[in-house]
Amino acid sequence: MYLYVLQFSFLRIMSKRKAKEAHLPIGECIDQVHLILRKRFCHQQLPDKLEGVEAQHKHLVELLKRTAVHGESNSVLIVGPRGAGKTTLLRSVLRELSEVTEVQKNLLQVHLNGLLQTDDRIALKEITRQLHLENVVGDRVFGSFAENLAFLLDALKKGDRSSSRPVLFVLDEFDLFAHHKNQTLLYNLFDVSQSAQAPIAVVGLTCRLDVLELLEKRVKSRFSHRQIHLLSSLTFPQYVARVQTQLSLPDDFPDGKFVREWNAAVATLCEDKSVEDVLRRHFNSSKDFRSLHMLLMLCLSRVSVAKPVITPADLLDASRSCLADAQANMLHGLSILELCLIIAMKHLNDVYEGEPFNLQMVHNEFKKFLQRKSNSMYNFEQPVIMKAFEHLQQLELIQPADSSSAKTQREYQLMRLMLDHSQIMEALQKYPQCPTDLKQWATSAFA
Amino acid sequence: MILFKFISTGFLEPPEQRSSVLKSQKMIPQQYCYPSLFIYGHRSSGKSHVVNVLMKELELPHTTVSCVECISAALLFEQVLLSFFGCDAAAQLPRSPSISDFVRIYRQQSSQFPAKQTRFIVMEKAELLRDADANLLPALLRLQELVDDNVSVVLLSEIVWDKFRPNTGCFEPLLLHFPDYSKGELQQILSKDCHPSYSAEFYSSYINILLGVFYTVCRDLRELRHLAALNFSKFCEPVAAGKAKETETHKLWKNIEPHLKKAMQTVYLREVSSVISLSCKGLSAHTHVELPYYSKFLLIAAYLASYNPARTDKRFFLKHHGKIKKTNFLKKNEKTSNHLLGPKPFPLDRLLAIFYSVVDSRVAPTASIFSQISSLVTLQLLTLVSHDDQLDTPKYKCAVSLDFISAISRTVNFDIVKYLYDFL
Repeated sequence: MYLYVLQFSFLRIMSKRKAKEAHLPIGECIDQVHLILRKRFCHQQLPDKLEGVEAQHKHLVELLKRTAVHGESNSVLIVGPRGAGKTTLLRSVLRELSEVTEVQKNLLQVHLNGLLQTDDRIALKEITRQLHLENVVGDRVFGSFAENLAFLLDALKKGDRSSSRPVLFVLDEFDLFAHHKNQTLLYNLFDVSQSAQAPIAVVGLTCRLDVLELLEKRVKSRFSHRQIHLLSSLTFPQYVARVQTQLSLPDDFPDGKFVREWNAAVATLCEDKSVEDVLRRHFNSSKDFRSLHMLLMLCLSRVSVAKPVITPADLLDASRSCLADAQANMLHGLSILELCLIIAMKHLNDVYEGEPFNLQMVHNEFKKFLQRKSNSMYNFEQPVIMKAFEHLQQLELIQPADSSSAKTQREYQLMRLMLDHSQIMEALQKYPQCPTDLKQWATSAFA
Repeated sequence: MILFKFISTGFLEPPEQRSSVLKSQKMIPQQYCYPSLFIYGHRSSGKSHVVNVLMKELELPHTTVSCVECISAALLFEQVLLSFFGCDAAAQLPRSPSISDFVRIYRQQSSQFPAKQTRFIVMEKAELLRDADANLLPALLRLQELVDDNVSVVLLSEIVWDKFRPNTGCFEPLLLHFPDYSKGELQQILSKDCHPSYSAEFYSSYINILLGVFYTVCRDLRELRHLAALNFSKFCEPVAAGKAKETETHKLWKNIEPHLKKAMQTVYLREVSSVISLSCKGLSAHTHVELPYYSKFLLIAAYLASYNPARTDKRFFLKHHGKIKKTNFLKKNEKTSNHLLGPKPFPLDRLLAIFYSVVDSRVAPTASIFSQISSLVTLQLLTLVSHDDQLDTPKYKCAVSLDFISAISRTVNFDIVKYLYDFL
C-alpha cells in the first residue's frame, strides 16, 4: 500500500497536466485522522454549525446582544439532559457574538461552575478575580454580599460615570448554586438584573427540569422565567446522518485521496444493515451527543496503520462493550464457593420474599444442598464461608440491610442481595465450567 | 484513548492471550484522550500493574494517586500539582484548598507549561471517592474541560460504575473491564514462580495440586501465590529426603493434601502468620482461653439466656415446673430458630437466675461473681448492649459460637444441648 502510494505520487509529479495533490504516508494519515477525530470526540471541539438548535441559538444570540449592545439586563436558563449540548450551544453563541466588534469591546464575561464554586464566598472571590478587580478591592471588608457585588459593578463603570460595562455571568451546574446557604449569590445576581443598577446577563445551565422548584420564592420572583429547552427531537435517519458527519473528515485534510476513500468507507458503513441495527439500539436508549461520541471513540481506537478503516465489526464490538452488564462481568470472576452462596441467597429471597438474611441462614441453606447431594467437595468450615461472604460484601454484591452494625456479630448481621433473579441465572449460564449440580440447584423450585 | 498491550516485563505479567481487552497504539503529541476512563475488575486482575507498566514504557506524564492515602482532597491536589508542575505550583495552594483554588492554579500553570502529551491522573481504589465531597467525583470526571488542558483521569476500582453515579448524573467515563484469569491462565502465571533447583514440570504439577484444592474457594492471584510459596517446601520434603522421585505425583499428592487442607483453615484465613505455619506448629487461632470455673458457668448461663426465649426458662431451670402445655412447645419453623437469627439481649437478673440454677454448688452473690461478668465482657465473650445511662439494668448478649460453648461445657461436664430450646 505504501509503495503504491509512493509510485502514484511519483507518476503524479511526472505528469504536469494533472493538478498537484499532496500525499502523505499512511502512518501520518492515520495520525492526522486520530488528531482530528479525537479532538471532535474527546475534547468536544466546537463544530462549525450546530444542527437542530437554530431557533434556540437565535433566541440566545438576540438576548445577549441586547445586553451587550443596548445595556438591557436579562436572565435565562438553558435546561436540557446531560450531553444534550447546552455548553456547546453557549460556546457557539459566544463565538458568534465575539465577531460583533461592539460586543467584543464592551462585554465582560464571568464563568462560574457549581462544582467548583461550592460556596458563595468562593464564588465572590472568583467573580472578583475574573473581572480583574483584585487590586481595586484590596483588603476592603464588606458588610454583606450585596455590598460587595454592588462595589464590583460600580468599579466597572466607564470613564464618564454614566453606566457600567455589561457583564455576562455564566453559571454552569446552576442547580448546585441553589443549594448554597440562603441562595445569596442567585438572589443578588437576579436582583441586579431586575433593578437598573448595572446591565448584566445571567445565563444558567442545568440538567434538572425542575430547577425552578429549587429556587426560593424571592429568588424565583426576580428571575425572568425565561427558559430555553434543549430536548432533542431527532429522528432515526437524522441520527444516522449525524453519525456519518461525525465520522467524516473535513476537506482540508492534507491527503485528498485518503480523505475521499475514508469518507466513502464511512458512507458505506452507515448503510450497512448490521450497523443500522446497532445504531438503532443506541438511538432507542439515548440520542445525545455524548453517548454517541463514546461509541465512536471506541470504534476509532481500533483504527491503526494495519487497519486504516472502520468496519462494521468494530462498531458491533464497541456497542457490545458499551452496553455490557458490568455486574455480570464481575459475577464471571467469582469463585465457585461464592457462587454457591449467591444461589443460596437467591433461594432464601424466593422463599422469604426478599427479607434480609445473615450468614448463618445462608450457610444453613447451603448445608441443605450439600446434604441432598452428599458431595463432600464443597464441605467447607464456617470461617472459610465467612471469608467468601465478606468478599461478596466487599464487591458490594450484598449490602447491610440497616446501618447498625456496631453491636451485632458479623455472622448475624442482616444483609440484602443486590442482584436480581435474571442476572444470577445469566451469570450461571456464562460461568466457565460451571458444575451441573449447581445449575440444577439454582433452577430447582425446592428451597 | 489508549488501548493497551501486554508488555512482557516484570514478574507477574498476564499471559499473552489476554489481548482481547488490550492492544497498543502509539501516541503523537497534541492528541487528546477521553477525559475520564473507568477500569474495573476483580482484585489481582492486573489493573494497576498494566496501567503502571504502560505509563512507564510509553513515558507518559502521569501521577498515581491512591485514594486510600489521600484522605482529604487537599492531599490529592498537592500531589497532582507536584507531579505535573513541580513544588512551586504545589506551594501556591492555600491552607485548606478548595477545588476552585486547585483548578485556578492548574489553569495558570498549564497556560505557562502547556501539555505536550496527554497527562494522566491514575486513581486507585476509586470507590473511596464516593465518600469524599459530593462535588469531587463529578469535577474530576470533567477535569479536562474545567482546566482546559490535555489531561485525563483514570479510575481503577473493584466496584462497578453503576454504584458510583451521582444522583443528577455526571460526565460518563469510558468503561473498560479487566476480565478475571481462567484456571489455565492462573496455572501458567503461577508456574512462572518456579524454584531454580527443581524442574518446571515438577513445579507445574505442584501448582496443579494447589489449584485443585484452592480453586473452588479462591481465585485471587496474590493469595494463591502466597499459598504456593508457603507450602512448596512441604511439597518438596519427600523429594529432598529421597523418599520419592519428582515424577511420583500420587505419593507427593498424598503427602501434601492434608497439609493444604489444614492451610485452608489457618493461613488462608490469615489467622496464623506465615512464620508460625512454616515452623509447623500446627496452631489454630482458637486456642482455648482458660477460664475460671465460675466464669465458665456464667458463660454457659449467658449462652442459654441468649438463645432460649424467656418463656421457656421455667421448663428448663425449675426443679418442679408443673404442667407445661405442649402447645407452647410446638417445634418452631427453622426461620425463627434463634441459632439463625443471632443472640438476643438479656438483663443481668435473668443471667444470674439461670446461673444459680445451673451451677451445682451453692454460690454466694459476691463481688467476685460480678467482676467475672465484667471480665467476660472485656474478653469480648459477652457484649454489653444496654444504653449508657441505664446503670441499674445492664443488658448483655452472648457472643460465642455453639462449637466454642460445647467445648467449654464439655470441660465442666455439662450437657448444654439438653438445655437448648432449638434442639428439643
